[in-house]
Amino acid sequence: MSNQVFWEEVEVGREIPALVKKPTPQQLVKWAGASGDFYQIHYDKDFALGNNLPGIIVHGALKSAWLGQLLGDWVGLKGFVKKFKCDFRGMDVPGDTLTCRGVVTKKYMEGPERLVELDIWMENGQGEKTTPGSALVALPGKN
Amino acid sequence: MAQDSIITDEMRAAVGVESEPSVFEIEREPIRRWAESIGDPNPLYRDEEYARKQGYDSIIAPPAFMAQYAFPVKSGRLSRALAGGPFTRNLNGGTEYEFFKPIQAGDVITATSKLVDVYERKGRLGPMLFRIRETTYKNQEGEVVMKFRGTGISY
Repeated sequence: MSNQVFWEEVEVGREIPALVKKPTPQQLVKWAGASGDFYQIHYDKDFALGNNLPGIIVHGALKSAWLGQLLGDWVGLKGFVKKFKCDFRGMDVPGDTLTCRGVVTKKYMEGPERLVELDIWMENGQGEKTTPGSALVALPGKN
Repeated sequence: MAQDSIITDEMRAAVGVESEPSVFEIEREPIRRWAESIGDPNPLYRDEEYARKQGYDSIIAPPAFMAQYAFPVKSGRLSRALAGGPFTRNLNGGTEYEFFKPIQAGDVITATSKLVDVYERKGRLGPMLFRIRETTYKNQEGEVVMKFRGTGISY
């Protein structure tokens, strides 16, 4: 938050600072409580196995929230996250180390807005991209 | 309707129909609890004095916060179209957010949803039903503050 990024400094192809998460089953319960998503696949192992899942899995919405944090941290107080999306292609499980990453793909102006597009994703402990996505943010200019 | 299609007439009829609005009062403690649960220490989501210094009226909601209010509460028809079908297992296939203005504690947000697409695929888990839902959020000034698009997979 203390180092504001400015549009002029951004380089296409550069990676933004990564965000590492190590969810525990307890964190998934906290998330369920905070978000109201009480689907049992996220905390009840028998239920998850009965749904043909490998075990309890991380909520997709929680992964998207982490990608939101990745972007929010990068754009800083003067930037604005305009859009982002992600697909939940692979399942993620508590106990694994999950890393959110992003790479700048485009940088341009649209009217007065200074915009940056990024590929964003979350990868699991084996480096597999379970949650690919993209984002559009607005950054401040250095006056 | 094709012989082995799982898409019901009710689902098809619900496509494009907007739900009744649901109203949500955005409050500080739920925002703090949510930020805590994802492990985001950003003081914009926790410290009111800090948020006010940045020009906000109160703490603001993290980007994905409103998605928990994406499920339409009041529309029976839409709820049935989203929950109906022969498959009892569900997965979240993907999510898309568009932000127009920050949402602050103290805002009163009105959400309306609609089913925008429904289709079936065969995948790793067998036959799957995809339902794409969009929710539009407006604040108390009637401004659109956020849009959400979610893919639900039933199998």
